[in-house]
Amino acid sequence: MFDFTEEELNRYSRHILLQDVGVEGQEKIREGKVLVIGAGGLGAPVAMYLAAAGVGTIGIVDGDVVDLSNLQRQIIHTTPDVDKWKVESAKETINAINPHVKVNTYREFLMSDNALDIVKEYDFVVDGTDNFPVKFLINDACVMAGKPFSHGGILRFEGQTFTHVPGTACYRCMFKTPPPPGAVPTCSQAGVLGAIAGMLGTIQAAETLKYLTGVGELLTNKLLTFNAKTMDFRKINVKKTDRCPICGTNPTITELIDYEQAACDLHK
Amino acid sequence: MAKLIVNGEDQEVQLPATVADLIQQNNVAQPDMVSVQVNEEFVDREDFATLQLNEGDTVDFLYFMGGGQYV
Repeated sequence: MFDFTEEELNRYSRHILLQDVGVEGQEKIREGKVLVIGAGGLGAPVAMYLAAAGVGTIGIVDGDVVDLSNLQRQIIHTTPDVDKWKVESAKETINAINPHVKVNTYREFLMSDNALDIVKEYDFVVDGTDNFPVKFLINDACVMAGKPFSHGGILRFEGQTFTHVPGTACYRCMFKTPPPPGAVPTCSQAGVLGAIAGMLGTIQAAETLKYLTGVGELLTNKLLTFNAKTMDFRKINVKKTDRCPICGTNPTITELIDYEQAACDLHK
Repeated sequence: MAKLIVNGEDQEVQLPATVADLIQQNNVAQPDMVSVQVNEEFVDREDFATLQLNEGDTVDFLYFMGGGQYV
């Protein structure tokens, strides 16, 4: 019933050895379609681990080109990739890691008019973006489309993440509206330790694989935060809020919104 | 002094105190943007100045974090 080749069985042998995964779990991973939004600090490790894990289809959304200052953390891109489209550079790395992965590239920015169409093609969505307008857009699009997703945010030495599946707390349950443009610094303004992106991205990749295989407990109704200076990790219980403007009992948000982006965030 | 659990750690607080008082005492950066849970229930921003805290309450401050890639 599972038509893995000898090469694939060898490639994925360390997954297949895991009692919780096995050939059945590996088949679920291969059938999985995952959308990674942003081929940057978070999206890079996410896409690379998902590729290595054998996720059958990976979609990558990014409208930007590789800049030299990206390479400190965006490890899916290498020095010869500078000035290439990020989605092309990411696709090359993914297929170098694992030629079995089908890669769909979306060389565009996620907006209210394309978000639902892109998201609906996938089983799981990973937020690897750096700005709040798109983080809220991803949340709203996934809630509307009934898609699970992994949220991630990093700043300087800290990170936070949670996983949403329909019926559990969403981003707006925790944060009702985006901060005013420019009020909260992004990595491009405040800096970030590159390895923090890897720490958080690999957590997001693990959540994705847990979702696809059904193994373990997801970070649903929990916000995981960490500070790499002290290596303190904390899981905060959060609840789905009835008053939530998108997933609550009387949602006031019925269509997607393009929030204003701080001008200083638009360029590195 | 009353004992509260703030961001997972014990904290001695002089009561009466509101959520807004606790935000101030903890020198929360950008207090107009922090999200607050009391006993694992989110508090509406409009209620920060009026909601009184009680002995043993669990309070969590949640902050915006961006990061990743502009898309």
